Amino acid sequence: MQTPLSAAIERLPKLVNDNEALLRRGRYLTTDIMIEIGAQPYYISIDRGRISALQRGPIVMRSWSFAVRGSEDAWRKFWEPYPPPHFHDIFALAKQGAFCIDGDYQPLITNLLYFKELLAAPRALQAKVQ
Amino acid sequence: MAAKFDPIVGRYVHVTLRGREHRIYFEEAGQGIPLLCLHTAGADGRQFRYMMTDAAITDHYRVIAFDMPWHGKSTPPDGWQDEEYRLTTGAYMDAIRTFSDALGLERPVVLGCSIGGRIVLSLAISRAKEFRALIGLEAAAYQTPWYDREWLNRPDVHGGEVCAGLVSGLIAPQSPDAARWETLWQYMQGGPGIFKGDLYFYRVDSDLRGEIGKIDTRVCPLFLLTGEYDFSCTPADTEATAKAVSGVEMTVMKELGHFPMSENPAQFRRYILPILDKIRGTTE
Repeated sequence: MQTPLSAAIERLPKLVNDNEALLRRGRYLTTDIMIEIGAQPYYISIDRGRISALQRGPIVMRSWSFAVRGSEDAWRKFWEPYPPPHFHDIFALAKQGAFCIDGDYQPLITNLLYFKELLAAPRALQAKVQ
Repeated sequence: MAAKFDPIVGRYVHVTLRGREHRIYFEEAGQGIPLLCLHTAGADGRQFRYMMTDAAITDHYRVIAFDMPWHGKSTPPDGWQDEEYRLTTGAYMDAIRTFSDALGLERPVVLGCSIGGRIVLSLAISRAKEFRALIGLEAAAYQTPWYDREWLNRPDVHGGEVCAGLVSGLIAPQSPDAARWETLWQYMQGGPGIFKGDLYFYRVDSDLRGEIGKIDTRVCPLFLLTGEYDFSCTPADTEATAKAVSGVEMTVMKELGHFPMSENPAQFRRYILPILDKIRGTTE
């Protein structure tokens, strides 16, 4: 069985904040980002690597540094424990047009390993459920 | 307890490339048919350490990998601090052939990955008679550029971290953690702008689509192997090349990405051993 996407994203703060190595990797990062799953936006506030808030949107006039958007199907495949080829990495998805990453790339690129691990963190839930 | 040594030995050789002195580092192990291995962009010869410690290979092959100029432990040429490194097809071909001559290699097998795979195609096009067989990993005559390379070398972004972060997605999710992170470690150690300079060759200087029809696999056998998780050189990219060359053998490797020999050596040997056995059987 699969964890619903909404449940997966709502577990993100705990998955990240319980991961000491990931927190260390993001220790100089403070920013807000947006994740869109299908038509549903989520706003994630990051304070020195720790997720300090996750809010379900839409929230009118909310700003963010960059956004990662994809269909429900793309996120579902991305969060499988072993995603299929070309659904296993945010840039693989972006290259094939299944993800759109827009906004200011500076915080993403300067913390690329951190963000790749953060965005893929719900894979751990699927591994436990299955 | 006796110390455990790898059977790999490393040395430096001094060569002149395009009028400039270079001190090139290389490692080797094994005896038999020379097997010259070419690493990926922005990395170095350590990627082949598993092949060099696999007796099924080294019992029959002398496995050799050099760090390309500006890479790994090869010393950058005098004056490097005032220039931008950019790899070109001509310079890459010269480096391979000069190194091979310096070591006195006689009709080696050349195995190259990524940019190494691309240059293997150039060798097949124009120098086939000099080689016993050619193996391209993650190789294609052309790949569509898909990202902004400017991020790879600028003072406000840590070059090692961004190079590793970028290529981390090219590794298959099944690859074991230790091998994955060792592969990334090598990317974290590249000199500033070197990965980007290699990609100049890859993205700008080496579109071979108009030339691969000249490859004659009867003169020199050509094998192409691409990991199913490689989204930089995709299996479809390699397939387009394979279709244009008569007699090429192409394999899509399951549960592997862009760095098969270093990201998951146990999985890779399932694919490469039969090919090395075949080359040995038909050319010895």
